[in-house]
Amino acid sequence: MRIKKPAKAGTMESNDIYIMVYPNENGNEIQLDSIVLKQFGKQIEKVIMDTLKELEVENALVVAKDRGALDYTIKARVETAVKRAIE
Amino acid sequence: MINAVKREIPEYIEGYGKVKPFMGAYANYGEVTRTSIKLKSVKPGENKILSSIKEALLKCDIKDGMTVSFHHHLRNGDYVLNMVLEEIAKLGVKDITVAASSIFPCHAPMVEHIKNGVVTKIYTNYMSGPVAEAVSKGLLKYPAIMHTHGGRARAIESGDLHIDIAFIAAPTCDTYGNINGVEGKSACGSLGYAIPDAMYADKVVAVTDNLVDYPACPIEISQEYVDYIVKVDEIGDPKGIVSGTTRITKDPVGLKIAKLAAQLIDESGLLKDGFSFQTGAGGTSLAVAAYVKDIMKRKNIKGSFAAGGITGYIVEMFEEGLFRVLFDVQCFDLKAVESYKNNRAHQGMSASMYGNPHNKGAVVNNLDVMILGATEIDTDFNVNVTTGSNGVIMGGSGGHSDTAAGSKLSIVVTQLTKARLPIIVDSVTTVTTPGETIDAVVTERGIAINPRRTDLLEKLKDSNLPLYSIEELKAMAEKLTGVPEKIEFEDKIVAVVEYRDGSVIDVLRQVR
Amino acid sequence: MRRSMLFIPGNNPSMIQNAPVLGADSIILDLEDAVSIDEKDSARYLVRNALLEIDFSGCERVVRINSIGTNFGYDDIDVIGRVKPDALIIPKATEEAVEEVDDLLSAIEREEGFKLGSIKIIPLIETAIGLEDVFNIVKSSKRVVAVLLGAEDLTADMEIKRTKEGEEIFYARSKVVSVCKALKVDAIDTPFTDVNDFEGLRKDSEKAKLIGMTGKAAINPRQIDIINEVFSPSKDDIEWAKRVILAYEEAQREGKGVFSLDGKMVDAPILQRAKNIIEKAKAIGLIKG
Repeated sequence: MRIKKPAKAGTMESNDIYIMVYPNENGNEIQLDSIVLKQFGKQIEKVIMDTLKELEVENALVVAKDRGALDYTIKARVETAVKRAIE
Repeated sequence: MINAVKREIPEYIEGYGKVKPFMGAYANYGEVTRTSIKLKSVKPGENKILSSIKEALLKCDIKDGMTVSFHHHLRNGDYVLNMVLEEIAKLGVKDITVAASSIFPCHAPMVEHIKNGVVTKIYTNYMSGPVAEAVSKGLLKYPAIMHTHGGRARAIESGDLHIDIAFIAAPTCDTYGNINGVEGKSACGSLGYAIPDAMYADKVVAVTDNLVDYPACPIEISQEYVDYIVKVDEIGDPKGIVSGTTRITKDPVGLKIAKLAAQLIDESGLLKDGFSFQTGAGGTSLAVAAYVKDIMKRKNIKGSFAAGGITGYIVEMFEEGLFRVLFDVQCFDLKAVESYKNNRAHQGMSASMYGNPHNKGAVVNNLDVMILGATEIDTDFNVNVTTGSNGVIMGGSGGHSDTAAGSKLSIVVTQLTKARLPIIVDSVTTVTTPGETIDAVVTERGIAINPRRTDLLEKLKDSNLPLYSIEELKAMAEKLTGVPEKIEFEDKIVAVVEYRDGSVIDVLRQVR
Repeated sequence: MRRSMLFIPGNNPSMIQNAPVLGADSIILDLEDAVSIDEKDSARYLVRNALLEIDFSGCERVVRINSIGTNFGYDDIDVIGRVKPDALIIPKATEEAVEEVDDLLSAIEREEGFKLGSIKIIPLIETAIGLEDVFNIVKSSKRVVAVLLGAEDLTADMEIKRTKEGEEIFYARSKVVSVCKALKVDAIDTPFTDVNDFEGLRKDSEKAKLIGMTGKAAINPRQIDIINEVFSPSKDDIEWAKRVILAYEEAQREGKGVFSLDGKMVDAPILQRAKNIIEKAKAIGLIKG
């Protein structure tokens, strides 16, 4: 799937994650800010990358502001943002 | 060496000295000695009132390397600590040890004094905000020493912590040094934490914004301890001193935890006439009190006392006759201040009477049930309330370890996870309170009883409570959150956590 | 058992993941009124993922979808049906809507290899036409396990004022209960909307129970304890039921066909009622066994 336009999903509420997706030139890229960066930063990035892969997104910049979201929420927010970006 | 909570502790810590390792919560009772006090007696006709803090510092012969002490009844509204340190800095004095019973975000100006070498050592029972962050970053020259409320009183009485000058933030003080906390615009109620300082410091300076004619009554700290009196415009910001009201949580998860905790108390067999109880001012802890209150009323149980920092909610229970006496070391809200002022059975207590393990019996020893919080708790039931999940200092024991050790049933109430962080872990970042003194953990998904408490487990075996092992609770949390990566620290020791008996239970290292 | 059914907004991760611990028998993840038009997609994926990954600890997992009069409704069924919720609530239910959802679910169940009929349906009766047709609505699909009464929309539809006392919905409650008893499905009462009036909630729940409602929807977690309490068998009920069953067992031993308790004859329906109470009490943990 190709990212056509910037799109966002999620909120800045506790246990949520705010995802912004932009078209990108060279592959997928993540800029992550998280209140649990030290403990879960790698895991969150992996979940975002895996979700992009599942959705067959190849060139996206994902800017994520995490407020302690669990994986199921991260996946849902990424999927929503991507689907909004390809419409 | 390895201490009794399996922490690797050096035998000697630079800037702290030789380490007495923690040997167990009840290892150091028995014969102790108190230090002797040197004082300058006051003859008839002498005047105690001075014009400024600077004058007081000069009269007390402030010099490099001295220890000055403060108490925290004005909490996050306190002006006194900042005013005194500013004058000390202006006088060019260096290497000061600050012994403040707690340090709050309002004490941010101290960070500059730490950087400039005016303050090089800190003793405290609790710290949060910029000073705590500065300590975690390794800015303080010597390791900070973290006490418990009772442990601080013990350290002062034994001479382990010698105070050169104690500054007493006095909401009301008369012209000869009689102090109370119930009158004046900065009224904060009980002054319990200041009492050991007043009794054992070489010099005692009362700083007041309500200087009244002699004699002031009631007297909480008496003229016999006070050397000098300084009148200032304001000792604190009333908005930061006491909150208007302390509220029970409306969060459904907090309420669920509180309800389970109350059921556990009910099933423990301790909830009967003569019941004694303490809880913190946090929303969930107060909700436990609310559910306990319902049970007490339903079963017509008359308690003996509630203790600790006192909130309006506990005052209500007292006024409804559910407790005969309140023991108050600090008032948390205006309702508590009002009750403390007006009710004889709302009794003040000193930090020593509250929790010192080395006196002839502290109030905590008579507690039936204590409700505690935790930022982390491990599978050995050790609790951390000192450092946050990122390893930075954001609290301290306060009365946590004292009440856990003294009470018959100490219950930690906590959410199983907070913002993706599992609260139950294999090993806490910092041991504040040893697991042998924690009897139960109550979370929204279940209760774990410390396996050391075989008697309690036996009592609960036919109950309907959702009982699990602590390992099972940990697994439930990790199923939701995943397993967090360990936080890494530098080697430098930035703080030493002393257990209430003065032994070292853990050390804190510099954050990366 | 559905004493309490708690509505949880479908786009709120905190509330979704905490829902299982609140004591409700059923959790209703709401994609309809609790979610704004702009966030329908977002909530749909969040609820789907929650159903896949969150352990709801034995709570019934119900999703209120959007009306199939809208595009959202079809997308909801397609996305949510594939992760096998326990039941879907169909808003503004009609016979046609229930039949259509039934067909769509059957197709999904075949495609996904789920047991046919495993996803249940709870019609939400909140229009006058729905209320008058409730018998046929329940009969229109074997998936229907309960009826939920929605009095806010119903009274709006009927252009009458909704009151705390609820006299205006007496007929609606009675009608729903009567149909539900006749067709052996649960009757779930409308939520009580003043979330700070717990005495009012208790009275309203007792009123509903008195005429035969078997449970009640909740819109705030703090309502659950009272609802569960009201819709659980009382101590007296349980004592009575135990005595009926003891008397029955004694009569069996003595070979008596008919028997009486406290001077009253116990017939089959009474015996059944006693058995139901005991079963319910066991399920809730009020008695062991």
